Amino acid sequence: MSAAPDTHQPRGAALRQPPAIQRFFGSTIVSVLIYAAVMAAIIYGSFTGAQNMGYNWQWHRVPQFLWTFTDDGIEMGEMFYGLGVTIQLSLTAFALATAIGLLIALLRLSGLVVGSAVAIAFLEFIRNIPLLVLLYLFYYVLGPIFGLDRYTASVLTLAVFHSALISEILRAGINAVAVGQWEAAKSIGMTTGQTYRYIILPQSVRFMLPPMTGEVVHLIKSSAIVSVIAVAELTTIGRNIISDTFMSFEIWFTVALVYMAVTLILSVGVSFLEKRYAVDQ
Amino acid sequence: MTDRTPIIEATNMDKFYGDFHALKDVNITVHKGEKMVVCGPSGSGKSTLIRCFNGLEFHNSGTLVVDGIEVYEGAKQIRALRQEVGMVFQQFNLFPHLTVLENLMIGPMKVRGLGRTKAEETARKYLDRVHIPEQADKYPSALSGGQQQRVAIARSLCMETRIMLFDEPTSALDPEMINEVLDVMVELVDTGMTMVVVTHEMGFARKVADTMVFMEAGRIVESSPPEQFFTNPSSERCRLFLDQILEH
Repeated sequence: MSAAPDTHQPRGAALRQPPAIQRFFGSTIVSVLIYAAVMAAIIYGSFTGAQNMGYNWQWHRVPQFLWTFTDDGIEMGEMFYGLGVTIQLSLTAFALATAIGLLIALLRLSGLVVGSAVAIAFLEFIRNIPLLVLLYLFYYVLGPIFGLDRYTASVLTLAVFHSALISEILRAGINAVAVGQWEAAKSIGMTTGQTYRYIILPQSVRFMLPPMTGEVVHLIKSSAIVSVIAVAELTTIGRNIISDTFMSFEIWFTVALVYMAVTLILSVGVSFLEKRYAVDQ
Repeated sequence: MTDRTPIIEATNMDKFYGDFHALKDVNITVHKGEKMVVCGPSGSGKSTLIRCFNGLEFHNSGTLVVDGIEVYEGAKQIRALRQEVGMVFQQFNLFPHLTVLENLMIGPMKVRGLGRTKAEETARKYLDRVHIPEQADKYPSALSGGQQQRVAIARSLCMETRIMLFDEPTSALDPEMINEVLDVMVELVDTGMTMVVVTHEMGFARKVADTMVFMEAGRIVESSPPEQFFTNPSSERCRLFLDQILEH
């Protein structure tokens, strides 16, 4: 048997190529070069700018605020304690926000007129005042009335503010589950509560995970705002270090990098979770 | 098979969706152990009718008594009713996040309060009944449409209900899978269970039906035993419909 002849001959007209200039700027190498050039310009600009104002860079003094090496191994520096407070604050607020958010979402979905009215009123109230004003309300108004310390006031502010956003994520996730699932659960005699718990919520998780990750990242970042009432979290610690050392450029860069590291690690972690909850229909 | 005790009784039932009159003055009685097949053109109210039977929809006027329970919106015993009336859906509606076995066990465990071992025993028994015991640990998405529908039937059977409703159980299936589902349903006939089946599978209907019902535009146009229904229907509209679906 002879080898089959090569029948792979192009027969139709060739696809039209995009214009040369588009191909030039679209190619990977050129994009990378442009990106590198822009970044270099920004970095060079800021360093010469700092130089011109006579800024004295002292990066070597920064690591001691992150960690120090002792005979017993690594000792965490001030900034890590600040980070610890930030994480504790954020996680507590997030847990509380999810609980409040679920309650609001269920009220909204309950079909009860009063339930939806309460939920919508809450959402509109929270969504339409700035976070900073909400913090002042909790700390300066509700704080003295209910005897809230600054940490509790911060947790409550963040929880309430984010519960509004989280409730919308939960509601969308719950609505994304097919109506047939409700009917099937009802038809075997499940209560509404059982249907949510065993059928609807487990399936909603995969719709909720991506926006919820965004929300946690958002919450961790907005927790920096509580530095205005001097809760000793990462941003406050950064400010304190600066007032001791006058290294504002280095410390703010470091603080920013620490926030970034935490949120990036979180995003990567969640993308693993997403695979875990992926169910094909 | 059929004794003459009514188990579903609808009297002067009307149902509206907004302005749309979905069920018009429907009177129907299903007796204990009866196999009723409901057919009719789409939009004629067949699905609405049987969805009323287990309280997935509620009628607006008239009365409906199912298994001794009066069905109306807000009735306290709706959940008790649903535990006695099984339902098989056109789109199967299996729980995609649970394995086949878990799909079958969740009702008995959470609703009936059965223990895990007892529930698993029941689940395996009915999975055998629908001839797919080997699929127990798979997720629904790994099964063919016919297998999924058989799991859905088994899920209903696990609740050990006296009445089973089938809402076009084979309409979403590829042709080669229709028979495996119909075969399972034919086997159920001998259990003495009351069955109300919305379907256009006339071969199945001829084989099992005690009563044939034809609906059009929300009304029950014809309700008669299959011998009469297929050979000498009393209404012209029903004759036309039968001609159309029996043609091929």
